[in-house]
Amino acid sequence: MKLLNHTLKYLAIILPLIVGIWAALFYFNLVDEVEDSLDDGLDNNKMLIIQQAHSDSTILLNNEFNERNYAIRKIDRDQALSMRDTYSDTLIFVINEQDFEPYRLLKTAFRVQDQYYELQVISSSLEKDDLTEDILYSIIWLYIILLLSVLIINNLVLRKIWSPFYQLLSKIGQFSLDKNPMITSTPTNVKEFKELDERVVRLAEQSAATYSSQKQFLENAAHELQTPLAISINKLELLSEHEDIPQKHLETIGSITNQLQRLTRLNKALLLLTKIENRQFAMQEKVQINPLIRQLVEQFEDLATSKNIQIQLVEVGELVLTAHPDLISILISNLIKNGLVHNISGGQVKVLITEDSFSVSNSAQGAALDPKLIFRRFQKFTSDSQRVGLGLAIVKAICDACNLQVDYSWSNGFHQFSCGLRK
Amino acid sequence: MKILVVEDEPDLRGILVESLEKQQYRVETADNYGQGLEKIISFEYDCILLDVMLPGGSGLDLLRELRAMEKSDRVIIISAKDAIDDKVLGLELGADDYLTKPFHLAELHARVKSVIRRRSEKATTKINIGNLEIDLENRICKVNSKDLNLNRKEFDILEYLSVNKNRLVQRTALAEHVWGDYMDEADDFEFLYSQVKNLRKKMKEAFCNLEVKAVYGLGYRLEINDEVTGE
Repeated sequence: MKLLNHTLKYLAIILPLIVGIWAALFYFNLVDEVEDSLDDGLDNNKMLIIQQAHSDSTILLNNEFNERNYAIRKIDRDQALSMRDTYSDTLIFVINEQDFEPYRLLKTAFRVQDQYYELQVISSSLEKDDLTEDILYSIIWLYIILLLSVLIINNLVLRKIWSPFYQLLSKIGQFSLDKNPMITSTPTNVKEFKELDERVVRLAEQSAATYSSQKQFLENAAHELQTPLAISINKLELLSEHEDIPQKHLETIGSITNQLQRLTRLNKALLLLTKIENRQFAMQEKVQINPLIRQLVEQFEDLATSKNIQIQLVEVGELVLTAHPDLISILISNLIKNGLVHNISGGQVKVLITEDSFSVSNSAQGAALDPKLIFRRFQKFTSDSQRVGLGLAIVKAICDACNLQVDYSWSNGFHQFSCGLRK
Repeated sequence: MKILVVEDEPDLRGILVESLEKQQYRVETADNYGQGLEKIISFEYDCILLDVMLPGGSGLDLLRELRAMEKSDRVIIISAKDAIDDKVLGLELGADDYLTKPFHLAELHARVKSVIRRRSEKATTKINIGNLEIDLENRICKVNSKDLNLNRKEFDILEYLSVNKNRLVQRTALAEHVWGDYMDEADDFEFLYSQVKNLRKKMKEAFCNLEVKAVYGLGYRLEINDEVTGE
């Protein structure tokens, strides 16, 4: 849920509470005020009536309300003395409405020439149920109007205020360490956003600097290793050509050369990885996968035969991928080589090409491998010392660079790597 | 045949010189850009080995100079950088070939020979050793003028060994040359051994006086075996 709507959600919950409490207070205050003024009026009426009763005794005979707003009846002394002024609500039938309407009633007692009377004065009062209803409707309207205005303010004003934030957010989303451009500063007047912006830009710059210096280091280290490796290997080669070297020493030279060549392979693989990650293979073109795979399968035929493994190529469709031709060739040969190396004698490597993907599967002993681990660098699943453990890491890096997807699965004793366009 | 080696790393330069001199080439060296430029302007060479990163300038600039003199066709670029851009640029500038460090000396010799062969006046496309004749253009081998039927791999192996005759050819160099780069990580060389075995058998049956000698743990060497005589 968006930030803007979050505020709306909480306001929607809290506003009825606030408005409700306010309405209740308002109602009781209003009723109190109205009754107060009614009571004052009744009190005033009472005094006027009593005054008049002293001068005009006919009033004392008026013992029904009828058209007047008061009624008087005789009572005895004890009753009168125990009586206090009491205000109360009552219902009186009114002709115009043909219904009982709420009235305020004042009951009191007074004396005229040793005779005690009870006086009841009434005054038309507030219709409380109508009032409650009115207030309820008003607060519902108020609530709706408040919510609408919050919504409008959010969408017009807050959206504008928060726009630097969303801009920054989208920049961060697009940011990738190995891609340019960097996160650029977003102009804003809001202090917090300005601060956030500055820090994010700085953080991104720092990460990019660290990343690139690490890459640079790896690349330089690998480069610097090439020349000493070349010298060592070539010197051993020259040494081995001397005629007077005994066979025993030649074997030693052979094993040193093997180790140096292993180092060279590791170094080359690392260089290739850094280059792929540095996007130095920018060129992309349409590559016909079928003839490429046919050619690579043929290249591996001898190796397969010597390992007693059968390579089976099935072409269901014609596959064309957009990628760097050298990279895609490395990708496929790494997968085939992987299938040949981690195989069993008398095993199989199956290569399947369909219209939208290709897959390489190989028979193997053991069980499924962890798909999260297999593409990691230097992840070795065999104890074979000659392998450098970068083949599948390179496959993954190439797929990432060429926007392809590679998946691993295991079924019926076959490891399968399938590769196609990213979905 | 005169070869110029432009390489700033003294050890590597020494190796190149020693190895090339063994093959009876006359070798001159330059260890920086200025010296290299001076030599290519002043002298004629049959082949130039050119390092890309040189003190004082880029080997690629030297290549541009050579192209201006229409001499870039005899250049083999050697570089520690496996950068594809360098390779493409170098070849676009007319260089004949491109080698990435580290390389096998056998591979270097094969490339040098091929540059020299292509540039020689009567474009020799035939190699003759002992009683073996290899026709590179038509990919035909003959022993005592009789056809020797070899499959593609066997032919490639024999050609490579012939170009490097009397030199030790490491099996990794051979595997890379014949089967391609992807074979370098092969954990065993069984596929190579079986092809060599077949090749030896065919050569013996044809009474070829050459012998593919195995150097245990390292590779092979093609030697003339005088004990074998023709029919």
